Amino acid sequence: MTINAQNIKSITKSKQAGAMPTVGGRLFGRPNLKQLRAYAPLLVLIALCVLITIANPNFIELRNLVRVANSAAVPLTLAMGLTFIILLGSIDLSVEGSLSVAAMVTVLLATNDANANSFGWLAVIAAIAASTAMGFVTGVIQTFLRIPSFMATLGVWFIGLGISVYMLGGSAVRLMDPSIRDLALMRVLGLPVAVWVALVAFLLACGVQYYTRLGRHIMAIGGGEDVAELSGINLRRVRIMAFSLAGFFFGIAGVLAAAQLGRSDAVIADGRLFAAVTAVVVGGTALTGGEGGVVNTLIGVLIVTVLSNGMILLGISPYVQQTVQGLMIIAAVALSLDRLRLKIVK
Amino acid sequence: MLTANEISKSFAGVHALKNVSLDIRPNEVVGLIGENGAGKSTLMRILAGTHQPDGGTLMLDGQPLKLRNARDGAAHGIGMVFQEQSLLLNLSVAENIYLGQEDQFVRFGVMNWTRMRAAAKRQLAKIGVDIDVTARTSELTFAARQMVELAKALTLEETVSRPLVILLDEPTSVLSGSDIDVLFKRVRSLKSRASFVFVSHRLDEVLRISDRVYTMKDGQVVAEHRASDITGPELHEIMVGRGLQASYYKENKQLPPRSEIVVDASRLCINGAFHDVDLQIRAGEIVGIAGVVGSGREEVTRAIGGFLTHTGGTLKINGEAVHFRRPQQAVRKSIGYIPRERRVEGLVMFLSIAENITLADLSSVMRNGAIDYGRERKLASDWIRRLRIKAPGPDIACRKLSGGNQQKVVLARWMTAGSRILILDHPTRGLDVGAKEEVYELVRELSSQGVAILLISDTLEETIGLSHRVLVMRDGAVTAHFDAAPGRKPDQVDLVRAMV
Repeated sequence: MTINAQNIKSITKSKQAGAMPTVGGRLFGRPNLKQLRAYAPLLVLIALCVLITIANPNFIELRNLVRVANSAAVPLTLAMGLTFIILLGSIDLSVEGSLSVAAMVTVLLATNDANANSFGWLAVIAAIAASTAMGFVTGVIQTFLRIPSFMATLGVWFIGLGISVYMLGGSAVRLMDPSIRDLALMRVLGLPVAVWVALVAFLLACGVQYYTRLGRHIMAIGGGEDVAELSGINLRRVRIMAFSLAGFFFGIAGVLAAAQLGRSDAVIADGRLFAAVTAVVVGGTALTGGEGGVVNTLIGVLIVTVLSNGMILLGISPYVQQTVQGLMIIAAVALSLDRLRLKIVK
Repeated sequence: MLTANEISKSFAGVHALKNVSLDIRPNEVVGLIGENGAGKSTLMRILAGTHQPDGGTLMLDGQPLKLRNARDGAAHGIGMVFQEQSLLLNLSVAENIYLGQEDQFVRFGVMNWTRMRAAAKRQLAKIGVDIDVTARTSELTFAARQMVELAKALTLEETVSRPLVILLDEPTSVLSGSDIDVLFKRVRSLKSRASFVFVSHRLDEVLRISDRVYTMKDGQVVAEHRASDITGPELHEIMVGRGLQASYYKENKQLPPRSEIVVDASRLCINGAFHDVDLQIRAGEIVGIAGVVGSGREEVTRAIGGFLTHTGGTLKINGEAVHFRRPQQAVRKSIGYIPRERRVEGLVMFLSIAENITLADLSSVMRNGAIDYGRERKLASDWIRRLRIKAPGPDIACRKLSGGNQQKVVLARWMTAGSRILILDHPTRGLDVGAKEEVYELVRELSSQGVAILLISDTLEETIGLSHRVLVMRDGAVTAHFDAAPGRKPDQVDLVRAMV
């Protein structure tokens, strides 16, 4: 029996799967079309940087690059969480709900201009815990009530948004705890602390995906739920843990968002879901689950952030920017799927 | 009328058909028999146009015929009634009959439902059945759905000006005795207008309805008989083919089992599937269950594998009573399941060999709470060597492996997880002869290491050849026990007698 050429023709998005330790080896292997495809997001990112620099050299200035990093911090942290859910083959629409709850908890428990609370960093811990709990509940709803993730998270999105707007009393509440504000204001080695936090979140996500049972089991469920179940993997537990993990990352993102804006309000989460989904998809994680990963998402986040930064530098109207982002997400999915293998997805 | 000349077809390098020739004459019912995997369905699909042959030609009335798809086939008057019914259950009977042919009822872009219903009624009247054409198909019995399928195939009479060829792919597998009689009556009365090809693995039915019978085995036509010239048992002998070859199933390596009883089911029941099944498997023993579809043998294996929960009796694993609700619980009791659908249930095709091997138990490659990739690759490389898996390395995605090698990866997974009980559910389905032999070799090796094995298989030959003991099931109950020690293997005819 030799390796079967018939089967090989199915697209190998090489294997970002569990392949992190071997990525280097692959880089130096014989390049072919499939490998090229695996690195397409990275090539797109480089091409984008080059093109924007040609159009406006200000792009490559250190000050602007720091700005790019800063505006990538929240989307990166969010997208880390979302990646795990998409790897499962599910979707999490509750991104904005969880983020706004975390931001609301942060501002209301830390020193603020609406009440007398001043719990300092306990507020941050409470915010992340609240968001993680929301993820946990989402997972429980999904697995025990057998509600598809799309509907379960759509509901949780609005529940979260409703709770946070209600708690904020419909207005913006200012965050006045200086140490939390320092997440955005203080710089270490030239980068805002928020960026470092996002990078730590990224490393954490890498660790979970590549080096833990949970990460492996998420890949297995995304790649073949039946196989995973027959191999003795507890599907419910993995799903609930994945949604909790996602909630954890959304919580961190909420704290960062509150620190960056210096307040929390009803619209703090607006547009975050779209940016996060775009980043995950553009990075090359398959919506069908089981392929891709957090490294892809890092590239995806950078593509999205660089593109919008570039369009701002070029003075493109915000509405056109939105349209471009919409086109990008469709193009990314269209290019990454092996459409011959798929039926039309309902 | 319709002739196939030297048709060959292979899938992923495995020959499904090798130089198959067959001839369908006007007003004739041609029977086609063979075991699962003999190539019957593939041949049907080629005749219908859904598959294209790699070699050979089709001829219609002496003219070469090239079919690109089922629509082409239909245009030449070849209609197929599928084994797994092809009706859409959410649509009405009339909509199903004219699915894809609605154009004739459309005027100015608007569908004339009244005309479609009337036309559908006429189609059903042709075969003399009275079914409400506005009913949702899901409300119909299987037998009625079969009639609708037949009526759907007969719509070709209106669009094709030549006698039809209607392919019936295992139409009786879901029907009961009296429904089969009705179907056969319709087929006989339609014979004056069309030719039929009737596929089944129930020999008596094939002989009852057919004028001529072709027998297929391993992708080839091995015999052609007039139905009146041959009896069921004779046909069975031909269908099953070569006598048992002791070496093929490695009988010299069949060691006597050990004394400890690993699986002990007593009066095991699942309501509606099987009842009062007594089954013991010792360490190192291979127990096969023979039985036709619906005999309950699938459910028995699934109950032991933890997919189904037994509703009565007791099941003991290593002496401890268990009541499985999820496969996971069976895995924890060191039971491994080798499924027939490797793509859906066996392997995560995206993941590498190494990742698939450690799927059931990562603990041996964990260090300080993190997956140690070095250990995982080493473990996988060891298995690749030991099981002679043909792969360039442990990082290769499983979808790139051939069927036999995929099956070895599944086995390696359960060995890594320390399984002492294996359920082999059609372990060699879709494998070619060489790959099968390697799987047999492995099964023998596992058995000699004391692994208890429960086997169900497509062929009796394999069941008898591999097993120490064979149970025969019929209608949810065990009807016979056969000892199958090497050199004293039971006769297939005796097994068949207990099966039907």
